[in-house]
Amino acid sequence: MKRIYVREEWCIGCHLCEYYCAFANSGERDMSDALRGVKINPRIQVEDADGGVTYAISCRHCERPRCVEGCITGALTVEDGVIRLDEEKCVGCYTCIMLCPYGAINPSDAGKSGRSRPIQKCELCLNNANGEPACAAHCPNRAIIFEEGGSPCGL
Amino acid sequence: MRIVIIGNSTAAVGAIEGIRAADSAANIAVISAEMVHTYSRPLISYLLEGKTDIDRMKYRPADFYERNNVQTFFGCTVTAVDAVARAVVLDNGEHIGYDKLLLAAGSRPFVPPIEGLCGTEHYTFQSLADAKSLEAALTPKSRVLIIGAGLIGLKCAEGIHSRVGNIAVAEFAPRILPSILDGGGAALVQSHLVGKGLTFHLGNAVASVDGHTAALADGAQVPYDVLVVASGVKPNIELLTAIGAKAGRALITDSCGRTSLPDIFAAGDCAESIDLTDGRRRVLAILPNAYLQGRAAGKAMAGLEEPFTEAMPVNSIGLFGLHIGTAGAMRCEPETDNNPQYSDVNNYRRFFFSDNRLTGFILIGDVNRAGIYTALVRAKVPIDTINFAAIAEKPQLMAFSPAARKQMLNGEKNDS
Repeated sequence: MKRIYVREEWCIGCHLCEYYCAFANSGERDMSDALRGVKINPRIQVEDADGGVTYAISCRHCERPRCVEGCITGALTVEDGVIRLDEEKCVGCYTCIMLCPYGAINPSDAGKSGRSRPIQKCELCLNNANGEPACAAHCPNRAIIFEEGGSPCGL
Repeated sequence: MRIVIIGNSTAAVGAIEGIRAADSAANIAVISAEMVHTYSRPLISYLLEGKTDIDRMKYRPADFYERNNVQTFFGCTVTAVDAVARAVVLDNGEHIGYDKLLLAAGSRPFVPPIEGLCGTEHYTFQSLADAKSLEAALTPKSRVLIIGAGLIGLKCAEGIHSRVGNIAVAEFAPRILPSILDGGGAALVQSHLVGKGLTFHLGNAVASVDGHTAALADGAQVPYDVLVVASGVKPNIELLTAIGAKAGRALITDSCGRTSLPDIFAAGDCAESIDLTDGRRRVLAILPNAYLQGRAAGKAMAGLEEPFTEAMPVNSIGLFGLHIGTAGAMRCEPETDNNPQYSDVNNYRRFFFSDNRLTGFILIGDVNRAGIYTALVRAKVPIDTINFAAIAEKPQLMAFSPAARKQMLNGEKNDS
């Protein structure tokens, strides 16, 4: 299946992926409407390590997903290799957050409707109007790519 | 081949999915005393709190049994296992034959021998039926006494809090959540709960109850209208111990779930695990463990050996908006000065190290990305090979070398 791969040596630390992720998942049509005055909580996150090293991390869609195995509600499932979240079922127990070795599932902000959305994760933009990962499409240095390939090894 | 599963919760679901990963043809029968579709038991507190409903509590979709071609015997209790005839006996007298049998019968609430308890009304909090009975007994004026300040007792308190007058909790141990928290962390969480109106009687056994007042060991008299017993659970192992299965506190199995009896497996809260943090056998009654034990047993019953060897304690609990995440063991060797890194209620972090490994941790408040710590415990990563100081405050993958990180994030796809 097509997955997101990150090439740390090409990452320039611009954090654009985070903004495009937040926009893609905002439900807004216009990027400035989506992001103006908003403290973003994206599903891809850039780590800034010592020595100027940067890289982006989002769900790896593991072949052996510990989050899905441990999910207490059945809200996390695998569909065609993609780990999907059923926001209706999730109660926000954070067991998945305790189990993801990448730290790629995070607490979510409340939705615009005010309804609580306890967790969020990358669903390869299949859950929004984009349809293909916005982070990879807009990475200016091709440090994030969306390509066919195998599952990562994990820890 | 005919596979019979006794139980219909997490371990049973894991087993069904494990069997079907290896064998699409095997005949599977699930026997359960409960009359309902498989549901997530930890959600009963969320149900009473109004944060989920019966439909969303389903642990698997409504067509789960049909899709997996599982025959269900709901409302049936197994009264005996006949290992010679290779059959289970139901309460209606029916015999169901098996080639492989899985006991995934979980546990039941432990009701301590408190004077007066046996003859007076009280509630437990484990099943959907328990939750419904308790719900029916509550009024906006109820004074509720919960015996036990463990995970079940405190989640129960959260679930019913807005529907009752007041809640008192009595606990034998000197602190709340004694199985997962240290003294400092427990004190922080307790003050949060006291702020929500709960009252605690700690280090205090309940000596007797009479239906409306509990007498505590220290002499205090606690009046109540509704009594909830949340003093732990007892594994349901008797069906197999009666015919000679080896057991400690729960059934002893290999890492594929095999008991000491031929063709009989056990998984979930009725089976012990080997805790990878110390190599000891214990009951790790947590949902992810039950699922993975069940799945390994399911695969093995279907002829696929994929041992589950990664059992360890991992707990995640939210109480009135405050999250707690703990994993591994709460011990340090050698005993070192091991004060929490931070002691703010929104960010309490304590790490336990032993022999150059992170063996456990307690986080209260901010638990984001805690799975990175869990992975360090599980994989027994030598701490001197990573920059732990850089991630003590905030878990990040920057602790690892670029080469290790590349492998973790991209796996086989290292160049392109």
